[in-house]
Amino acid sequence: MKPAKFDYYDPRSLEEALALLDTHQGDGKILAGGQSLMPLLNMRLARPNIVVDINRIKELNYVRASDGGIVIGALARQRTLQTERLIAERMPILQEAAYYIAHPQIRSRGTICGSIAHADPAAELPALALALEAEMTLSSAKGTRSVGAETFFQSFFTTALAANEILTEVRFPAPPRHGDFAIAGIVAGLALDPDRQVIAQARLVYFGVGPTPIRVKAAEEALIGQHAEEAAFEAAAQSAKQGIDPSNDIHASEAYRRAVAATLTMRALRAAVEKLRKN
Amino acid sequence: MATSRTVKLRVNGVEHEQTVEARKTLVDFLREDVGLTGTNVGCEHGVCGACTILMNGEAVRSCIMLAAQADGAELMTVEGLAKPGGELHPIQESFREKHGLQCGFCTPGFLMTTYELLRKHPDADEEEIKEWLSGHLCRCTGYQDILESVKLAASRLRRT
Repeated sequence: MKPAKFDYYDPRSLEEALALLDTHQGDGKILAGGQSLMPLLNMRLARPNIVVDINRIKELNYVRASDGGIVIGALARQRTLQTERLIAERMPILQEAAYYIAHPQIRSRGTICGSIAHADPAAELPALALALEAEMTLSSAKGTRSVGAETFFQSFFTTALAANEILTEVRFPAPPRHGDFAIAGIVAGLALDPDRQVIAQARLVYFGVGPTPIRVKAAEEALIGQHAEEAAFEAAAQSAKQGIDPSNDIHASEAYRRAVAATLTMRALRAAVEKLRKN
Repeated sequence: MATSRTVKLRVNGVEHEQTVEARKTLVDFLREDVGLTGTNVGCEHGVCGACTILMNGEAVRSCIMLAAQADGAELMTVEGLAKPGGELHPIQESFREKHGLQCGFCTPGFLMTTYELLRKHPDADEEEIKEWLSGHLCRCTGYQDILESVKLAASRLRRT
């Protein structure tokens, strides 16, 4: 199909874009990379009266260092996760995970902030935002506010963004610690206690298995203080199975997603230990 | 504000300036307004890869971009590969020799992705080639021959 009629704006400044959204409360859609919005328009699942294309607002296209972490502007493409040296140095997990985001032909246009704002429950970037404790900067004509990933993601395709706001920046803080749309996905991090060779810190965030990315703290607790061995991983995997909230849909059943999440837990933890031993 | 827009862009080195409806996708613009029908329209939601073209040197889906967004851009479509006299590009030659196509519907997209891949990564190994080709569907199940075609094209382009 083809998109329904809309008024098209491509402002040159953020102020203009925000003013437009403010005037057309709830009637406008922001077009950044367009890799999710354009399919919705083509299929007429979305029929906004106005489309605000932010691609001409050059000031939003950046990846910068900030207090040991990085900040990424609304127009930075997903490919930059693979090409930007700053990402490789400071957030290697983002560089590694970028490989799993769709395909090179999509990452050339798709933006990092756009994927986070779209909040597809099976997308990688929202899960990475949660795992890395990202802070989202939400801008409107009235000002800006900052929202942490824990409260930003609310449900299927639903975030803390109001109709007159643009996600202008995502901030990935300096990491104190350290994975096609997924049937189930995981972002896992482990830190070992330097003396006793037991697990000191663990982070287990799952995606594609609930309305938002889900951090399963019970599964993390099953690892802390344990030797980084199969028995502990098995306990975490079983706990994760219970701590997620998968749906039945055309792609996979609830039971299958739970099983995949458990298997991924084992694999991710083994991979994490392998990496720790190499370093 | 406008429901239509004048766009000025270059396609395969030729400048075009036309007024289009704001809602018109780039692929429809290329086919209907510019008259270049080599780029195919497949799924219209970015999955199949048939509409892949190069925009400022990068492979993009032209079905999930608006023509208005390409204002000022440099585009390359499958028509830009062969020489004006009709001599095929080494990538096209390789696809022909290795039977990298059957019905040919997906082929323009595969060719354009291959073009960017081999320009930026002339020494791409099999894993890299597969990663780039993963953004395309071929329903005649020709993937193995497509892979061989890209490998052959890579070796030829490295020699030139």
